[in-house]
Amino acid sequence: MKCFIGIDLGSTTTKAVVMDETGAQLGHGITNSRSNYDTASAVAKQEAFIDTRLTLFRRGLAGVAGLEGKVDELIEGLERNFRLEQFLEQLQDLQDTCLKNGEDLRFAKIRKALAESIDETFVRLREKVHGLYAPGVERKSDFFRDLAGSQYMQLAEAVAEESGLPFDAMLNVYDKSIIEVENRPPAGDMIGKFPRALHRVMTEEGHDFKADEDSVAAPIKTALDVEIEETYVVGTGYGRVRLPFPKEHIRSEILCHGLGAHLMYPNTRTVLDIGGQDTKGIQVDDTGIVVNFQMNDRCAAGCGRYLGYIADEMNLGLHELGPLAMKSTKNVRINSTCTVFAGAELRDRLSLGEKREDIMAGLHRAIILRAMSILSRSGGVEDEFTFTGGVAKNEAAVKELRKLVEENYGERTLNINPNSIYTGALGGAEFARRAVMEAA
Amino acid sequence: MSNQAQTEVIKEPSMIMQKELIASNYDALTSSGETGKKVVSTFVPGNLNELIRCFDLVNNLPEINAINNGMRKKSGGMIMDAEKSGHSEDVCTYVKSDIGMMSQGNIAPNGKPMPRPDVLLLSYTGCYTFMKWFELLRHEYHCPTLMLQVPYQGDGKITRNMVEYVVKQLKEVVIPGLEEVSGVKFDIDRLREMMKRSAQAEDDLVWVLESAKHKPSPIDAYFGAVYYMGPIFTAFRGTQQAVDYYKVLRKEIQARIDKGQGPITPEGEQTDQRYRLVVEGPPNWTSFREFWKLFYDEGAVVVASTYSKVGGLYDQGFRHSPDNPLESLAEYCLGCYTNNNMPQRVDLIEQYMNEYEADGFLTNSIKSCNSFAAGELLMMREIEKRTGKPGAFIETDLVDPRYFSHANVKNRLESYFQMIEQRRGGSKPIAA
Amino acid sequence: MSTADIIKRCEALYEDLHFSASREWKAADPGRKVIGYMPVYVPVELIHAAGMLPLGIMGGGDQMEVIHGDAYYQSYICRIPRSTIELGIAKRLDFVDGMLFPSICDVIRNLSGMWKLMFPDTYVRYIDVPQNYKDDIGGLFYQQEMRELLEGLEELSGRKVSDDDLRNSIKVYNENRALIREIYKQRSAEPWKIPTAELYLLARAGMVLPVEEHSDMLREYLEAVAIEDKPKRDNCRVIINGSFCEQPPLNLIKSIEMSGCYIVDDDYIQVNRWLKEDVPTDINPFQALASAFLHHSADTAAKYAETEEDVGKQLLESIRENRAEGVIFAAPSFCDPALLWRPMLADKISEHNVPYISFKYAENSGQMAPIREQAGTFADSIKLWS
Repeated sequence: MKCFIGIDLGSTTTKAVVMDETGAQLGHGITNSRSNYDTASAVAKQEAFIDTRLTLFRRGLAGVAGLEGKVDELIEGLERNFRLEQFLEQLQDLQDTCLKNGEDLRFAKIRKALAESIDETFVRLREKVHGLYAPGVERKSDFFRDLAGSQYMQLAEAVAEESGLPFDAMLNVYDKSIIEVENRPPAGDMIGKFPRALHRVMTEEGHDFKADEDSVAAPIKTALDVEIEETYVVGTGYGRVRLPFPKEHIRSEILCHGLGAHLMYPNTRTVLDIGGQDTKGIQVDDTGIVVNFQMNDRCAAGCGRYLGYIADEMNLGLHELGPLAMKSTKNVRINSTCTVFAGAELRDRLSLGEKREDIMAGLHRAIILRAMSILSRSGGVEDEFTFTGGVAKNEAAVKELRKLVEENYGERTLNINPNSIYTGALGGAEFARRAVMEAA
Repeated sequence: MSNQAQTEVIKEPSMIMQKELIASNYDALTSSGETGKKVVSTFVPGNLNELIRCFDLVNNLPEINAINNGMRKKSGGMIMDAEKSGHSEDVCTYVKSDIGMMSQGNIAPNGKPMPRPDVLLLSYTGCYTFMKWFELLRHEYHCPTLMLQVPYQGDGKITRNMVEYVVKQLKEVVIPGLEEVSGVKFDIDRLREMMKRSAQAEDDLVWVLESAKHKPSPIDAYFGAVYYMGPIFTAFRGTQQAVDYYKVLRKEIQARIDKGQGPITPEGEQTDQRYRLVVEGPPNWTSFREFWKLFYDEGAVVVASTYSKVGGLYDQGFRHSPDNPLESLAEYCLGCYTNNNMPQRVDLIEQYMNEYEADGFLTNSIKSCNSFAAGELLMMREIEKRTGKPGAFIETDLVDPRYFSHANVKNRLESYFQMIEQRRGGSKPIAA
Repeated sequence: MSTADIIKRCEALYEDLHFSASREWKAADPGRKVIGYMPVYVPVELIHAAGMLPLGIMGGGDQMEVIHGDAYYQSYICRIPRSTIELGIAKRLDFVDGMLFPSICDVIRNLSGMWKLMFPDTYVRYIDVPQNYKDDIGGLFYQQEMRELLEGLEELSGRKVSDDDLRNSIKVYNENRALIREIYKQRSAEPWKIPTAELYLLARAGMVLPVEEHSDMLREYLEAVAIEDKPKRDNCRVIINGSFCEQPPLNLIKSIEMSGCYIVDDDYIQVNRWLKEDVPTDINPFQALASAFLHHSADTAAKYAETEEDVGKQLLESIRENRAEGVIFAAPSFCDPALLWRPMLADKISEHNVPYISFKYAENSGQMAPIREQAGTFADSIKLWS
């Protein structure tokens, strides 16, 4: 089947969306941007293809007798076990790479012990992994590096101590290897992994599928046999210039965001996107065409990165900031959205006895005020108003935005899509689709 | 970049002439010790070149030195030197580049040391910073300073009181001061002769700038105009050399119009002219060529700019007039672009958008230059409102390389041009 | 009334960014008009003579949230024009009939034209002041500028202003300026009795009150302060320079004094001290005001220093007269005049072995710890080494 792909290379994450020729969205994928945009876009695309297969499975399984009301459960299990398969595969790659790097001359004296310790660490790692992918277990991250890394650290330290090896050596080997592995996209083989994953689901405890494995495997196989053709790819985002694409395959993130927001909410007229490095105010017409836009000026104050900085400064996770700010009962005015000064002002406020939640609320307001001025430069806020980007997930930011927009522009329908992070990639996929379908 | 560097740069006779003119002024400056000529430093906007030449003085323009240092990538170090010696990172980088240049031996582009000025002619037109800049130079050189205050057109018009004030300062401060420094007696007929030549060159300059009304435009009225402005905005207005230069230039441009050709850029002739732009604000000098190339690559040609009016709004009708030379000089100073108030500036850009049939409006907002920059966001709003065309806004600096982010500027320009392109075909329905 | 009561009233006026006091003055008589002006100086006598209230707009301070103003300015432009635009958009100045923008820098200059575009119903005038100090050149130019301003005001009020009206207004402002000078003199003599934060608030009250009322307030304060006593501290004596336009937050002034410095002279709010001597009332009033501007006005970076010798002359005089032990250059971020002027002033005072420190602030600066630290270290070093 013909597939159209949009890839959005952001400064922190890279997103991909796959669309069919009718404009229906088949799948999306995300990965961290790393320092290597090529790999990031390959991984994101592969993730989107995996998601596309899942969509196809869902369609194929719809009519299977004995699965009524259980398709979602099966798909969930299938994906989870596919991730496990994938994880195991990458883990094997990491182990091989560690062993190879352990042969470095620097480790000549401990070579054998090191290899044994690495093997032992990975044996223990594998035992742990199954638990990570058991039904209902919440994982902190789905990125291989995050999952493998934290486990390796713990286990390797214990193994090193038992074997009397310097932990440094174990760490050193890992650091070198993880970069190599991460920059090698996992093998795309789905034909092998999905059936194995299916088998795991069907034999897992706790399910009550009436259909047997064979009757389920048939539509899965049919879906896997569908050839997915990369008909046209459009790249966007800040890293787009680094993509090895011809110019006509590249669109500015402004156009893609505008169009993506239009596809998600066809009545959108104003889009606000607060990303890691920049903030954009975009005005679109009733067909999703951008009629005006402005971005933050040279100074990146008040962008998503600012929140990251504050989180670091307060020793909190990024996702904890919003909920903390929501507890605020008092207005504290934060005057500086300058990332450089934010830390100093923060400490000053704390030392004056201000509460953390009140300061947090003030910070969120400060960010939204910056966004308001960019919206104003781009032509204001029209109905409907769509908010995208990482900061759109932050409830405290959304609360302030809602309030300020209403005060300054009147009542507006505010759209926030749970998948808003894919807005740019979605717009890109649509551009790709049009490039082919409308030329035809 | 390497591919482009190998592209053979097309040089037309006017380009060579222009370069030689500017170089000859540097030679006149650096040889003043031998020739015994006295040196005056003064600023570009509202400069009194004809008057200066009446006293056989050599004209040194510190902004031009800063531009030269910027284009030759030397200004960054100079600015940092000035900051190390106590100048704030917040203030104008032309000033800091100049101060840093002094501390590095004050070497002119021809490799020879610049002379100490014999007099600072502080023609204080359209830029507050000029005043402090020359106070700083006086602090270094301890030389006589002549202040010529040019009132601002606060109400968007030149009043009788303003003209009288400037004329009086010319008569009682500037002319006697220059007589004293030069030892030359003022001769008003000599001034008239020069002003006659100024007007001739001005006629041709206007013709050149207005040639951008053609499609395709035979010139780039921002990047290219920077070169065209050179002689007349600096030390050559009023000279026969300037008259000759603009004649040659005009002939070349006429030939391009006849052949339907575009402007000559460092990357070659610009045939692709998908976007016609009006630009507000000075250019960035440290990455001038890369900056221009961003426009060239996208098929954007600038058809009118406000920066090319800092040394006079000739296209709005002003000419130096030999009939009443001092009043004319006063009106010249009062009329420069940055001495116009904000409503006048908005009106002018709106006029350019219409007369030059522009597709878009771009502001290059300069960190150093509040005279230009303060209020540009409101100007953009007004112009969008009046013309219905969206504006683009980018931020750079004059000669501080730390404030030119190529990726950032490129991202914005690309987005902007793609938006214009998309709006053009905007009637297509969406299939989704 | 005690000084505390007076200062409490000043504080209320200072914090009131709806300008209720000025609104009340205007509402008392339907024919009344209010003319706003920005730092540093405008000839307020003309506004007064036209029967109007001059209203000093000194920005938005650190309590007002700027929601719209940032949409009009890039990040590298100072704060005062943003908050002033905010005041305008938020209708806090909707009772103001005219706005004057003095020649202080390119930002405020351009703001005059922005105001014309944004508030087309308001009388707006850019006030060009002379940078040529000869009576028959700069003086005549300025006289004519003042005449044009007065014509504008007359048109707005619909009433002619006579020379006698002007002379009377000059007299009223001479009194006010004399009182301000007296308080400054007393603070310098006994700075522990008149903390600068109090003096500052007193001067700020003059931005919003009718001048007569303000003069009464100053008299009352002088009477009250004479009978109060406050403990003297072992502080060093410093002069603040560079704060003539965008004003520092009150906390900054307090922080400097808390860190061991007595401020014995400053260039905060200049308008009521700009003319340093009484303006004669027995000659043509335009000539009198012009002459006072040319020959007896305060020295700030916004003025041209005619000769190299004039650079820093008043600062050095003030150091001598006020027995100052050091200078704190405190300028707003991105303030071209103050920051370009500072290296020259610093050189001049260094020649006289006067120590200094420099920092930047914004009217809404939040963090005072670095300021306290710098000012404190400065005070300690002066005490140690002098």
